[in-house]
Amino acid sequence: MINYIVKRIGIAIPTLLVLIAVSFYLMHAAPGGPFTSERPLPPQVLANIEAKYGLDQPIWRQMFSYLWGVLTEFDFGPSYKYHDRSVNEIIAQGFPITLKYGFWSFIVAVGVGIPLGAIAAIRKNTWIDYLAVGVSIGAQVLPNFVMAPLLIIVFTLWLDWLPGGGWNGGSWQYLIMPVIALSTSYMASIARITRSSMLEVLNTNYIRTAKSKGLPTKIIFFRHVLKPSLLPVISYLGPAFVGLITGSVIIDMYFSTGGMGYFFVNSAFNRDYSVMMGITIVVGGLTILFSLIADLLYAWVDPKIRY
Amino acid sequence: MNYLPKSLAVGFVLASFASASVFAAATHPVTGETLADDQTFTYSLLDEFSSADPQIVEDVSGADIVRDLFEGLMNQDADGNLVPGVATGFTTNDAKDVYTFTLRDNAMWSDGNPVTAHDFVYSWRRLADPATASPYSWFAEIMAIENVGAVLSGDASPETLGVTALDNHTLEVRLTASLPYFAAMTTHSSTFPSPEWVVRTSGNDWTKPENIVSNGAYILTEHIPNERSVRERNTLYWNNDATILDKVVGLVINDENTDLTRYLANELDKGTVPSGQYIRLKQDYPNQATSFPRLCNYYMTFNMSPSGPEAFKDVRVRHALAYAIDRSVITEKILQAGQINAFTFTPGATAGFDVPSVAFGRMTQDERNAKAVELLNEAGYGPSNPLKFEYLYNTSEGHKKIAIAAQQMWKETLGVEATLANQEWKTFLKTRGEQGFELARGAWCGDYNEASTFLDLLTTPSGYNDGKYSNAEVDQLMLDARTMSDASGNYTRIEEILANEMPVIPIYHYAGVFMLKTNVKGWPYNNVEQNVYSRNLYKIAK
Repeated sequence: MINYIVKRIGIAIPTLLVLIAVSFYLMHAAPGGPFTSERPLPPQVLANIEAKYGLDQPIWRQMFSYLWGVLTEFDFGPSYKYHDRSVNEIIAQGFPITLKYGFWSFIVAVGVGIPLGAIAAIRKNTWIDYLAVGVSIGAQVLPNFVMAPLLIIVFTLWLDWLPGGGWNGGSWQYLIMPVIALSTSYMASIARITRSSMLEVLNTNYIRTAKSKGLPTKIIFFRHVLKPSLLPVISYLGPAFVGLITGSVIIDMYFSTGGMGYFFVNSAFNRDYSVMMGITIVVGGLTILFSLIADLLYAWVDPKIRY
Repeated sequence: MNYLPKSLAVGFVLASFASASVFAAATHPVTGETLADDQTFTYSLLDEFSSADPQIVEDVSGADIVRDLFEGLMNQDADGNLVPGVATGFTTNDAKDVYTFTLRDNAMWSDGNPVTAHDFVYSWRRLADPATASPYSWFAEIMAIENVGAVLSGDASPETLGVTALDNHTLEVRLTASLPYFAAMTTHSSTFPSPEWVVRTSGNDWTKPENIVSNGAYILTEHIPNERSVRERNTLYWNNDATILDKVVGLVINDENTDLTRYLANELDKGTVPSGQYIRLKQDYPNQATSFPRLCNYYMTFNMSPSGPEAFKDVRVRHALAYAIDRSVITEKILQAGQINAFTFTPGATAGFDVPSVAFGRMTQDERNAKAVELLNEAGYGPSNPLKFEYLYNTSEGHKKIAIAAQQMWKETLGVEATLANQEWKTFLKTRGEQGFELARGAWCGDYNEASTFLDLLTTPSGYNDGKYSNAEVDQLMLDARTMSDASGNYTRIEEILANEMPVIPIYHYAGVFMLKTNVKGWPYNNVEQNVYSRNLYKIAK
């Protein structure tokens, strides 16, 4: 197990470096730069700005000095667009926000999705099953960019129950709508995966044996059905968790949460190279970390898997 | 320049009001309206602002914030007229190349230090200093301050800039050109003072709420990027007694429909009108939906450079394409928010600009269409030999609608086969800047309220002239206009030349639209630049 973890981390470092190099080059290959604007800056003004940020250097040198800053001082550089902030500050401010609503969305998605799928599987072909499947398909086909404004219209404009956006330190009133909008489609996927995998398990011979020897349904379910049915769910949860905690541009855009997602997408349009690189590295690192954790969990759930 | 008596009188009235307000329900000192207890104004920003540093800020919403936090030499009133700011007035020589500003002696920074002429010297040097790398340092260049070019290029030290503090309250500025409108330029946010001692000790962090020291009517008390910024009354502001609004909250709302929903849910005092919804909102909320002319134009530019298509070198083709666009369809059916059909490059709302009655603007659309068909035939294009070209615009639903409408009009009236292409914003700017287009979308918002801010674009040396139009007479008229006290004749003449040569197709002049609650008063509707000073706003009791 330890060997496996060390090996995976050994692979992670070059993966991250390749990710940085490729993103860096792709980003600079996009036409225009952070200071391209409708009214082109006079050459002297542009030269002064480029000199300040080192953008007048050859690309390879920019990349190495950037990497050097990241590795030695954990310094992701200044934002070219939001001049009062460094990338470290933007991430330090935006990531906890994203993490908070992402984490709660994960809890809701898992907490509602798994029971919903399980009930549907156990009560297969009853109205409960149809209702659960109907709800999860409905939730999946309703994209969050439709759901977000609908939630605001209903809960803010019509009912006047919840604030229409903002963060306010993440107090619960501000958290409810982002979490609903973000978790729904994940919840639906989890419910559907749980249902189909549980149906499969329920049809296996060892469950039939358990039933025939007269074990109570509760014991069969919790001891023999639940754990193996969760295998496909867990392999889905790893990437889903990363997806949830690394930010959603839609949530940030509609609910003005100030999370990392909007900064990320906007940095590409603004050619705000350093913000884009900083968030890419954070998201890349988290993706690698959580796919490792998901693999380890997998081994814990499935005795057939050993590293 | 004698502003003092009037402002002093207002000051007395307001000072007496301030002391009275402790005891009675507050009323407005001039209008007598009953004021609301909660003087908090909440509005929305479409995007996070770029900076709260006067010398660094580069976007309109950032400039609005900086204008509340800092005060420059001169201000604008609700009609856009020049009124005193930190300076009580100024004098200039006959050549109008030396300006002397007299600063008031009661202006203070929010930490209690006095605001002096030295603060302006520091800040203007800072604006031009290459080490600051200000994206607006070019503004110092168009202000024509002595030696600015050499300072910008690093050939001379910032200390050599032509701005001197004669004493604590007298600032002298020496220019390399005669600029009759120089004082008006000091209402621009990049000329506002920065506190040297704070910039030195806090560096890049000096604009953070915990560090910032400012001299305007408000101080920045909270700033969470992409979420909110809060500015609150600066009790040390010299004219604080006249400020009614206690608190201004700017919320970043990236989606304009959500913005409107939150406005309607009373979370905002001022909100956005999403595109295409003005007419409906005006019907439902006649006293809240507002449209006003803006100093911006929307046009199409022909590529007149050697790399441009041969067809566009023929003036008849350019005329035909410009005539065949029915502007009313675009403004009344597509945009629907009070935009103005454009037959000139410069918007009619621009100060000192008389819109010339150009020939094609006087015709009916049917006459224009008939003329367009005639001209295109003369130029040798017809059903057997249709004109083909590509129209390039930056990716956006709004531009797409206009492009499709124009494409249809050209096709139906002239049988022209225009293809449409769109590019992401920065890619588009690069393509257009390198003349990699045939016909491209363009738009321009004035930097200041004077026609030259638009017409400069079509002069040969302009860095913004992406169509590479070049006309010696236009260049000369613009050159002469710089030193004339009234250049409106030149601008009118240039617009006539443009109508004859049609290097660009003017489509419409912008309208600004927003929703404003009826209890918010003091909005400067007549200030075409929409330079809003929150300290002039107030909320009345409902």
